[in-house]
Amino acid sequence: MTDHLEVRSGAYYDSVSLMQVSRQVAGAPGVAAAQVAMATELNLDVIAGMGFSVPAGVQPNDLVVAIRAEDENGVASGLTALETALAALRSAGSQAGGFGEAPAPRTLGRAVAVGAANLALVSVPGQYATVEAYDAIDRGVSVMLFSDNVPVEDEVRLKDAAAARDILVMGPDCGTAVVAGVALGFANVVERGPVGIVAASGTGAQQAMALLDAAGLGVSHCLGVGGRDLSATVGGRSTRQALAALAADESTEAIIVVSKPPAAQVLADLEAYAGELGKPVHWATLGTGRPDLTAAVEAFLEARGQAVPTWPSWPAHDSRDPLDPLDAATGASGRYLRGLFCGGTLADEAMLVAGAQLGGIRSNIPLAPELALDADLRADDHVVIDFGDDGLTRGRAHPMIDPTLRLERVAAEGSDPTCGVLLLDLVLGHGAHPDPGPELADAIRGAREAARSGGRELPVVVSLTGTRGDPQDLAATAAALSAAGASVHLSNAEATRTALSLLSDLPADLLSDTDPLGGPR
Amino acid sequence: MTSPLHGLLAADPVLATAGASMFADALRDQAVVVTETDWQPPLDGTAAHLTAVLGDARRADANAVALQRMTAAGADFVDVRPASEALGLERGTFLHAGPPIEWDRASGPLRGALIGAMLFEGMADTPEAAEAALSRGDVELEPCHHRDAVGPMAGVISPSMWVYELRDEVHDHTSWCSLNEGLGKVLRYGAYGPEVIDRLHWMNSVLGPLLQQAIRAAGPIDVKSIIAQMLQMGDEGHNRNRAGSLMLLRELLPSLIVAEASSADIAEAVRFSGANEHFFLNLGMPACKLSTLAAEGIAGSTVVTTMARNGTDFGIRTAGTGAQWFTGPANTPEGLFLGSYGPDDANPDIGDSAITETAGIGGFAMAAAPAIVRFVGGDVPLALRATRTMYEITVGEHTAYQVPILEFRGTPTGIDVSAVVRTGILPQINTGMAGRVAGTGQVGAGLVTPPAECFTQAIAALAAAAGTP
Repeated sequence: MTDHLEVRSGAYYDSVSLMQVSRQVAGAPGVAAAQVAMATELNLDVIAGMGFSVPAGVQPNDLVVAIRAEDENGVASGLTALETALAALRSAGSQAGGFGEAPAPRTLGRAVAVGAANLALVSVPGQYATVEAYDAIDRGVSVMLFSDNVPVEDEVRLKDAAAARDILVMGPDCGTAVVAGVALGFANVVERGPVGIVAASGTGAQQAMALLDAAGLGVSHCLGVGGRDLSATVGGRSTRQALAALAADESTEAIIVVSKPPAAQVLADLEAYAGELGKPVHWATLGTGRPDLTAAVEAFLEARGQAVPTWPSWPAHDSRDPLDPLDAATGASGRYLRGLFCGGTLADEAMLVAGAQLGGIRSNIPLAPELALDADLRADDHVVIDFGDDGLTRGRAHPMIDPTLRLERVAAEGSDPTCGVLLLDLVLGHGAHPDPGPELADAIRGAREAARSGGRELPVVVSLTGTRGDPQDLAATAAALSAAGASVHLSNAEATRTALSLLSDLPADLLSDTDPLGGPR
Repeated sequence: MTSPLHGLLAADPVLATAGASMFADALRDQAVVVTETDWQPPLDGTAAHLTAVLGDARRADANAVALQRMTAAGADFVDVRPASEALGLERGTFLHAGPPIEWDRASGPLRGALIGAMLFEGMADTPEAAEAALSRGDVELEPCHHRDAVGPMAGVISPSMWVYELRDEVHDHTSWCSLNEGLGKVLRYGAYGPEVIDRLHWMNSVLGPLLQQAIRAAGPIDVKSIIAQMLQMGDEGHNRNRAGSLMLLRELLPSLIVAEASSADIAEAVRFSGANEHFFLNLGMPACKLSTLAAEGIAGSTVVTTMARNGTDFGIRTAGTGAQWFTGPANTPEGLFLGSYGPDDANPDIGDSAITETAGIGGFAMAAAPAIVRFVGGDVPLALRATRTMYEITVGEHTAYQVPILEFRGTPTGIDVSAVVRTGILPQINTGMAGRVAGTGQVGAGLVTPPAECFTQAIAALAAAAGTP
């Protein structure tokens, strides 16, 4: 094998583009492995993990090219593939010459002005996102701030600056929005209808939209506000504006607020504010003792006098049905729940639902500080990981686009004897991976086979968030996953309960009805 | 009741995006109109400063005021006088181009011009004596900009030299610039041979007084209007001033002809001025200085009010940070060389003439002057691209200065430090090249940009002035 490593300065590309470039280079003849990435800490770790030694002094805005090939010819073909892929990335604007088009706008403010835009979408790396958002606010347009890793002080300042101009900052870390039928970021294809959604949670909003879609109900707008909006620091600044806007919107009949666990006082203030709007407002705000998202949507349907459907699910199609939990022949199995999520809110909900039965669950987004996982994200315990968390997306595409890190962990759980049941989410819709089913199905099949060769049976449950209109084909994706041996559920809460039921080997000392936020077990 | 969020929920979304192009693609798939930003990370180490500056609530309005003042500023040519009178320039003080500098760090062409000024003022008999006196610090050196004056290339103005005087009646400002000496071996390029000194004496004794008579009889002349016209006639006002020079001469000629002087002197003055393509440059520069002067002292504004070089350092100043200079080592221009001169002969960038770009012409109006590309070694698309790219780093467009080939769009005006730092696009400057060795004169002409550190320093100071780190 021949290794090639080079660092290129002054060549910035976004992480999604580089992921595609990496794949094209890795696929070149004679190339065994390749990683082309901006030199963020996380990416340098990945490259170091591949066995490359990265020179000191590399800056985060440098491009690192790591190619492992059979021989020098392989390296050469990898580099050729690299140049081709990079050349294809260069935008038409920068190629324009002669008397043709003007160069492409280089700042968001100019892009707003040139295109007469009324809405801006920012997905640049977090440390630069505040500047772009200010630029849009200065131009008087609302912003969807998809970027994460934005300091909370910046969030507060941005939201105050926007409110002063009567425009909305959706985010930061706002994954999902639907404005007047247009899906922004990660969003499912839903009919236009009477339900307005305010979401301090991207995947939570997607789960709500998927359930509403299954119940035959459309959405007027889904206004994301960012996962921290209902925290004590941000104080529901954007939620308030979004509620007022939906209250004044003729196409909206009723409003659902979806949120990760909110600060109690903020929630109470918002409830009081919502009470004066003259439109029904329902709360799908996660927390201990509060309904899960599915239950909240069910309560919403009942309040409108609409029937609650049976939420779609797809049983596992496998000769050894995971619903028949333990293979008597093997007898041995792991004792712990392992939840590997792309959606932060789905992970929160799973921890709340499972925690009510299992007690505290270790996580990188723990419900209580003492449950935090170490940097290696491993523990011989019940573990739920959010691969979409800020700490795992710095300089990398979101796992809904680039599933690499999570797929690696799925494989690792297959050969980890402590893993008793694997709970995964998969979110479809605009912005997500164009066809994530087959890859995840392969990983599930691989993990189950690895477990089996290790003398244990590994049941897998998938929470599949999607709608009938989504480009990835919900039914086909579900079929692929169930064919790989997973039990698939549209409702994340239902998926979590199914996973718990498969953890039936649970010894009495691990069962607990204590507070899912932690406490003694 | 007006609908909240400026009617966002009632209208069809029209998007502008910055970041992953995948999201723009997903929007296009939904038949949404999207304008994508060709986004790049800002210059290294500026992210926090940018956040503070962009978050400064004064910025947008302050920059709008700066642009308004820059474009509203008038520029009337009103007089020609000795610098001692006009600028109050006392014997023993010389002005020079660019940010402050001392003899020890002065470049060849600046040294040459200072030596020439010593000889011209009779403060030394030989170049060696002049150099000795200068190195002893016998002469006080001060930037032209500190007295609201501007000087091309070395920009040396000594008390006896005559200067043009221009007025901005709108903002009550005055600006000055030396008289242009023509091309070749001239003081501003650092030459100081006998022919240079002789010409300076002739300019003082014949040309200056004649021009003074002419302008006092014919004036004031609206220089701003000449700039607007010359842009439509193929000049950009920095490296190309043919149309401007002839238009100016047209204005002056009737009163020159009837001036009280010998017909031989008048003929020589007219010949000298008419033969000099850059005759107008020394009026365009103070006109531009009046435009940028109008933008000085606007708290919260990130607009550049000065770009100037002394042959060693490039310096800028901004509207929001007052008189403070932000400097970095001057780059060496790239372009074409005269005769057998080559890149090794060229001195780093020098002169106050980048005031033209600062005010929105020169390199910023290159699309108006496609012929310029022959002189600076580029092609016509380069000229168009240069101007169009400058819109990305300017606050707005000039209301009077227009570019016909861009549908009479106003020239990009008001360089925004934050936009420069965000995009990494540096201002495009058209310039002459002086010989590295004192006494050489001009060796070529070309294109140059300021060093990025001028702007990274300025953004840090603007961030501090914004109140948050």
